Amino acid sequence: MSDIAIKIEGLGKKYRIRHQRPERYTTLRDVMTDKVRNLFSPRREPGAPPTVEDFWALRDVCFEIGRGEVVGIIGRNGAGKSTLLKVISRITEPNEGRIELEGRISSMLEVGTGFHPELTGRENIYLNGAILGMRHAEIKRQFDEIVAFADVENFLDTPVKRFSSGMYLRLAFAVAAHLQTEILIVDEVLAVGDAEFQRKCLGKMSEVAQAGRTVLFVSHNMGAIRRLTRRCILLEQGRVKMDGPVQDAIEVYLTQATEGLESGVFIRENLRPADRPFFVNRVTTRRELGGDPVNQFDCDHSFFIHIEYSATRSIPGLFGYLIFQRSDGTIVYEGDTQDAGADPLNGLVAGSGTLTVEVPARVFGPGTYQILLSFLSGLDSSGPHVDEPGIVGEFELNDTKTTRGNRRRGFVSTILNWTLRRAAE
Amino acid sequence: MKSRIEYFNRPAPIGESGDKYTREHVMKLIIAPGITAKHYWRDIWHYRELIYFLAWRDIAVRYKQTAVGVLWALIRPALTMLIFVAFRRLVALPAGDVPDAILVFAAVLPWQFFSGAFVEAASSLLGNANLVSKIYFPRLIIPLASVFTSVVDFAITLGLLAVLLLWYWFLPGWQIFLMPVFLLIAFGLALGTGLFLAALNVEYRDFRYIVPFIVQLGLFVSPIAFSTSDVPAEWRTIYALNPMVGIIDGFRWSLLGGRVVLMPETILISVVETALVLMLGVWYFRRMEHSFADKI
Repeated sequence: MSDIAIKIEGLGKKYRIRHQRPERYTTLRDVMTDKVRNLFSPRREPGAPPTVEDFWALRDVCFEIGRGEVVGIIGRNGAGKSTLLKVISRITEPNEGRIELEGRISSMLEVGTGFHPELTGRENIYLNGAILGMRHAEIKRQFDEIVAFADVENFLDTPVKRFSSGMYLRLAFAVAAHLQTEILIVDEVLAVGDAEFQRKCLGKMSEVAQAGRTVLFVSHNMGAIRRLTRRCILLEQGRVKMDGPVQDAIEVYLTQATEGLESGVFIRENLRPADRPFFVNRVTTRRELGGDPVNQFDCDHSFFIHIEYSATRSIPGLFGYLIFQRSDGTIVYEGDTQDAGADPLNGLVAGSGTLTVEVPARVFGPGTYQILLSFLSGLDSSGPHVDEPGIVGEFELNDTKTTRGNRRRGFVSTILNWTLRRAAE
Repeated sequence: MKSRIEYFNRPAPIGESGDKYTREHVMKLIIAPGITAKHYWRDIWHYRELIYFLAWRDIAVRYKQTAVGVLWALIRPALTMLIFVAFRRLVALPAGDVPDAILVFAAVLPWQFFSGAFVEAASSLLGNANLVSKIYFPRLIIPLASVFTSVVDFAITLGLLAVLLLWYWFLPGWQIFLMPVFLLIAFGLALGTGLFLAALNVEYRDFRYIVPFIVQLGLFVSPIAFSTSDVPAEWRTIYALNPMVGIIDGFRWSLLGGRVVLMPETILISVVETALVLMLGVWYFRRMEHSFADKI
């Protein structure tokens, strides 16, 4: 009996990317036409791009995690974090390497998977518990605890489709959080819900971590990573870039995330995958709409974020989501394209164009900010994550007009009105 | 002191069998390409409650927000039976000593079970795509649960049969106790074909359109409106290659007692074919299973 809970050696996972086919699944027709085509031209003429290309989502991943250790996994979008968790939790098979797990494992890759909207809260607790691998007796024993954590006592016999989204999330998280396995795998579950819910989840997570269980934890929330873990693994393009103390890993991650953004231009490294209906190609920050890209701005001037995209069709329910964060991961601003009412992305048609965000003057305080961008849709058939470029820029704000200037602390530089009124004599 | 800390750090015992779960018994799991889980069947046993919950979910959800609810499980077979009885009258098939309604219903029963189970199982993976791509459990559970759902429907329809038997005051013989055997064969056939098509459906969505066609065709080539004995003798062996022939004949025989002839060779053909289909289905399903999450 060793003290290693997870041992990973040379792990690799490869996906086939078909360049001409937008669908993930094939149809018999495609297979048949391919066969016929190959019959007539068995060899592709040189220079023609291959239709199938291997893409390694994970490569040569090696690490060991001790029993009772809580480890964070960070990295940019597409670095392989979710694939790694999927392979460890046996949802998909690796193409090379090997994983040894000691102890029962359970994973929470999405909150509320398997919930059925027509069933009541009580029924869903049992159903979801069973899907996650809990025994009936186990769920029964923890039922009250789950209900109390989710705070849904009065709605146990209401179909969950009538739940508010907050209640729904709380209940879903509560069931998953009461899994009693030795190894727990958690993906970005804290990205949803309101602040109160996130606080509660984080509390539960640290409770789990302190109970001596082995936890692998993926998040973009550096605050949560820092609070829960001491060791962090940084993934980059499917490989382990760094494995060390959490503070160092976060630092490397955040500098790496903004590398090459000094000039205020972010260019997408990879080309648009064939199955993405919407893709951000380039993001720039500018002082004027027609000006040159720069990344130094003055607090007293508004500036613009230019998002250059290409789309192959209109996307129902598409919205853009924006975060400004400090380099330590503190979120200063969060908003989306629907904040002002009608979403400008409703007018999206096939073709390319720009989406512009104007950041007004005298809102944010002096300092350096990172821009985090993603495009999501709750209605599109291709899934909720339409395009998530991640950190697309970094800009610096300088306060030059006021005497306090760049020494101003806090996140906001709004100038408030101070009025003096003398009392009537 | 150290050992005490270790003791407190140990995870809480798990479930009802938590006491079995001491440090010496910690499960070791190896994941590597090509190694499909060694303890696959044990895993299925471990997840047996999930079969129940998934089947229960499908049943609980099916009749929500319908006006007559579970009556639908009775209306469909009743209507099918009426149509076929009308058909018998139309083509003036000779009436035997068994009432037409019972003769036909004895065939509608297994046919509805098989077609329901087959269709549900074939589409089950796609219908549960969110589970397949987010959570691990032996995938075989999903089609298995949908076949069990159809067993419940079958049980409900049995109630209708009881009503029919009472109405005509028709008493089955001892043979009725063999009905579960034929249900089991139908179960195996539905599971085997369902597994095969469920796996194919993940890769080639064409099979979504093929499945209803197979069911439609099967309805015509199975002895529902008529008996196998109505088929010319020289064609019977070829006719019995349809595995549903043996199953339907068996059901009829067990329900109607000695009043129909049992042809053991048709049942033997059904059993052999079912065994082959089931093995093929399980083999193909397990071969494709590891890539479901990537393709679905």
